[in-house]
Parts: sequence; structure tokens; C-alpha cells
Amino acid sequence: MTRSQLYRRRRIVNFINLSISLLAVLFGLFWLVWILWTLFAQGLSAISLSMFTQTTPPPGSTGGLANAIFGSLLMSLFATLIGTPVGILAGTYVAEYGRRGWLAPATRFINDILLSAPSIVIGLFVYAVYVANVKHFSGWAGTFALSLIVIPVVLKTTENMLRLVPDTMREAAAALGAPQWIVISFVTLRAARAGIITGILLAIARISGETAPLLFTALNNQFWSTNMNAPMANLPVVIFQFAMSPYRDWESLAWGGALLITLTVLTLNVLARVIFAQKSSNT
Amino acid sequence: MDAIVSTMEAPRVASPPRCMSQSIPESLLRRQHLYDLAFRNATRLFAALVLALLLGILVTLLIGSWPSLKAFGPGFLVSHEWNPVTEKFGALVPIFGTLATSFIALLIGIPVSFGVAVFLTELSPLWLRRPVGTAIELLAAIPSIIYGMWGLFVFAPVFADHIQPWMIDHLGPIWIIGPLFKGAPQGIGMLSAGIILAIMVIPFIASVMRDVFELVPAMLKESAYAVGATTWEVVWNVVLPYTKIGVVGGVLLGLGRALGETMAVTFVIGNAHRLGTSLFAPGTSIASALANEFTEAVGELYTAALFELGLILFLITFVVLALSKILLLQLAKGEGTRT
Repeated sequence: MTRSQLYRRRRIVNFINLSISLLAVLFGLFWLVWILWTLFAQGLSAISLSMFTQTTPPPGSTGGLANAIFGSLLMSLFATLIGTPVGILAGTYVAEYGRRGWLAPATRFINDILLSAPSIVIGLFVYAVYVANVKHFSGWAGTFALSLIVIPVVLKTTENMLRLVPDTMREAAAALGAPQWIVISFVTLRAARAGIITGILLAIARISGETAPLLFTALNNQFWSTNMNAPMANLPVVIFQFAMSPYRDWESLAWGGALLITLTVLTLNVLARVIFAQKSSNT
Repeated sequence: MDAIVSTMEAPRVASPPRCMSQSIPESLLRRQHLYDLAFRNATRLFAALVLALLLGILVTLLIGSWPSLKAFGPGFLVSHEWNPVTEKFGALVPIFGTLATSFIALLIGIPVSFGVAVFLTELSPLWLRRPVGTAIELLAAIPSIIYGMWGLFVFAPVFADHIQPWMIDHLGPIWIIGPLFKGAPQGIGMLSAGIILAIMVIPFIASVMRDVFELVPAMLKESAYAVGATTWEVVWNVVLPYTKIGVVGGVLLGLGRALGETMAVTFVIGNAHRLGTSLFAPGTSIASALANEFTEAVGELYTAALFELGLILFLITFVVLALSKILLLQLAKGEGTRT
């Protein structure tokens, strides 16, 4: 093979492989666009005022998703309220006190695994320790399951954000005579605030679409219910039930709910990115 | 600088000594010391809670599956029976479904993720990196139930009408892999589940690959370019060998995600406890079996068998994710002492 042939061959290989790389990106974007397009095409017609004001209908009649939306909001709210402090405190330990000892590295390792662990197993866990003992499905069980998903997300971001805070700040505060708990709660945690809020938003985004852990915990409720101690309607499970049903009305409502969830999740994601980007451009 | 100044106001809450020469009262010091202790132990308690959570999940699953463990023993893993009426259960079919769909997902997902990571680190103009990277990451943000619905109502019909017939005609007659592509084009089945899982794991694998590719010292790449290597040669002969541990770690992370994915698979896999060679046939995975049958399971043994499925799933994903984490940690360590 002459030198120019070899040169040509390398150029061609390079060109082909880089084109494939570009195609791979287009392949990925193709699905995103297709899924979003489907959601808007099918879901927009289902979104109306009655979707927010009426409760889930029996088959064959019209209705809305009000009880499911309310249930989802309520459970996500409580799950965030429970999971966030736990995640922040544990993350604080790992980042601030974790330079010595075994607990912090072990927590970091296990947390990363919990972060990707199958969420359906969380559902099984809550079913076994809570639902099976009180013998009924309930909104609290769903809340509990969701909060277990919030914890690893918040822990991870809290830890990462605290590690970005320069040590000079801790030293400066300590030199002024501040005890360590004040250094952490009023200096480092405050400096990492934007990043931690990002983590909380991502956690809310994550749980607002979670279905698997709610199947065995909150189950579903056809009626308007504010009783957290009873089975509670929630968007993901209603979507699951309605989408699998043979009724046209239900299927249409499921698309509406699907669009609603996706818009919520994507908005939260974009919001989290904006907050984080603003923070990074400040420092 | 701004951030430091603004946060420095904070310690005044601690009421620092008004006069430096005056010593701090003993009681104040002792009290602050107590607060310190309380704060540290509170945070430590919650960190320990995370470890306890993992142990709790394991123990709970073990207790829940005890009747099944006792009744079937290790044979549970290799038995393909799943009969709630006669109460004979075996995990072979769901395990096979989980592994097969995840394998398909990786087969498609790895090359695509690699392409995406190469594009994002080497090819893309700077202004395009952020939007494209964000768009790919949004694929990970879409809830899995949305993938499931879309897969069942939109993807499966298209797949059955246009792609499966072509596969049956062209791949079916091929030796060895032929039987994989036989059967009626129903749209749903193992292959569809695998393809949708592939789309779902691409963002995870691609993002790890991109992150580790960025760890490659610029000097290494520039040296290769300087001796005349093409972009592809730099990626293949410099970047990839340097980051191979991290790339494997990323792939394992994707595998861990795929194994445990529930809702998307439940919608499209077809949910049939059947063992066959055709990828077009409906099957079941551990997660989808749990989602479908758990609330309807009657009888202690049935529930216990499902718990044991959950235990198996948790153990498999735990090992895969732990391996992934160890590999990624190793890469970070090998990168040098950067504190």
C-alpha cells in the first residue's frame, strides 16, 4: 500500500466514524422529539379545565384527574419535606465530617447504589414494613416510599455542592471563633444553597413521575380523598391504569396526565439547571 | 470573592467575644462544645440511616421471601414454572427476560452512547455542546411510565407494521440468529422492551463516557494530533485506552438501570411467563412481574415468590452497580492526587 493510499484510507475511516458519531446524536434526539411530539399531539386535546376540576370517571363517562393531581401533589410535598432534611444532614456528614473514618465513604458508596437501585424494590420494602403491618394501602405509605427516593438524590447533590465550597471559607469562619456547627450551618451550607436547591428540584422531578413504588403503597383511589391514611389517587398510577384499559375516555385522560407529568418534570429540570448555572456564573 | 464576603457576615450569630483580650466565659465554650457534639452526631445518625436503609431493604426482602426460599430452595433459580394455582414457582423466565432485555439495551445503547460522547467531547463546536448535552440528558428525565405509554401506543404499532416484517424476511433466514426473529409481528415483546430500554440508558452511559473522556489530559491528545493522528485515531487509540475503566463503569451503570427498569418494560414486554427463542414473543421480566402480579397475589407462597424475585433483582443490581462504582472510583484515583 502506498503512502497516499494509506493516507486516503485513514481519512475515509475517520470521516465514516465521525459521521456515525453524528448519527448517534441524531438517533438520540430523534426519540426525544418523537416522544415529546406524541405527548403534545395526544395530550393537548385532553387538557381542559375539567381535567383539573373533576375527579377520575368511571368507564364510559367524562371526568378529570383532579383527585390524582391533588394526591400526587400532596404525596410529593410530604415526601420532599421528609426526605430533604434527612438527605441534607446525611450529605453534610459525608462532606464535612467525612475526612476520617469509615462511615462517610461507606455512606457515599451505598448512596450511589441506592440512587440507581430499582424503585420497585423500594415499593416492596415499604409494603413489607408498613402496608403489611397496618393492613391497608395509604397515602402515607406512598409518601414514605417517595421520600426514600428523595434522600439519595438530595444527599448526593448536598455532598457535591459542599465539596465545592473552598476550605478557606471554613478556616476563615473558624478563625473568627465560630464553632463548627455554626461554620457548617451558616457558612458552608449557605454558600452551597443554590446547588442544594438544584438537588431538591431534581428530586421532586424524579418522584413526580415515579410509578413503581406507588403501586404497592398508595395504590389508587377513584374518589376525591384528602385522607392520607387511606389509599390515595396519584397521577402515575392513574395513568398506568387508564392507559392499560380498553376505554377511549380513560386512554385520552391518560395522555393528558402524561403530558402534565412530563411538562412538570421537564420544567423542574430546566429550572434546576438555570438556578445552578446562575450560581456557577457568580463564582 | 463576592460570595466569600457575603457569607462572612454569618458568624455574627455565634456572638463572638466583644473584646479580644477578654477571655470567653467557660460556660459559653462548654455550651458551644455541646452544640457541636449534638450537630455532629445528628448528621452522623442520618448518614448511618442510609446504611440502615440498605440493610433494612435486604433483611425485609429476605424475611418476605422466606416461605418461598424454604419451599423451593436454590431450584427456584432454574425452574421455569410459574403457576399460582398449583403454587409452583420458579424464577428462570423472569430472570431470563430481565437479562435478555438488558442485553439488547446494551447492544444498542453502548455504540450510540459512545457516538454521543465522542460528538460531545471531540466533534461538536463549543456553542452546541450544552444544548445537545442537555437534550440527551432530558431523555433521562422523562419518567419511565411515559416511555411505556409511548412504547405501547406509538412505537409498538410502527415497529410491528414496518420493522418487524423486514426483520422476519431478512434476519429470519440467517443461520443461528434466525430463530431470534421468528414469530408474529405483534409490536410488543422482548425486542421492543430492549429497544425502549436502550433509549432510556443512553443518557446515563453517554454522560459517564463524556465525563471520563474529559479527564484525558489535553497533552496526550495534542501529542497524538501533533504526530498526525486523525480525530478518530485519537479517540480510538488515546482517549479510549486511557478511559476504558471508566467506560466499563458507565456501561455497568446503564446495565444497573436497565435491569431494574419497571414501568416501561411492563407496558411493552407482553407479560407472559413463557420461555422461547424468539425475541418477538412476549415475555416477562422480574420488575414487570412484580408490577403486574404483586397486588393481586393471593396466598403466602405466591407473595413470597414475588418477594424472592425482588430479592434476586436487588442483589443483581447491587452487584452490577457496586462494580460500576468501584471501577469509576479507580479511574478517579488513577487520575492522580488532585485535591
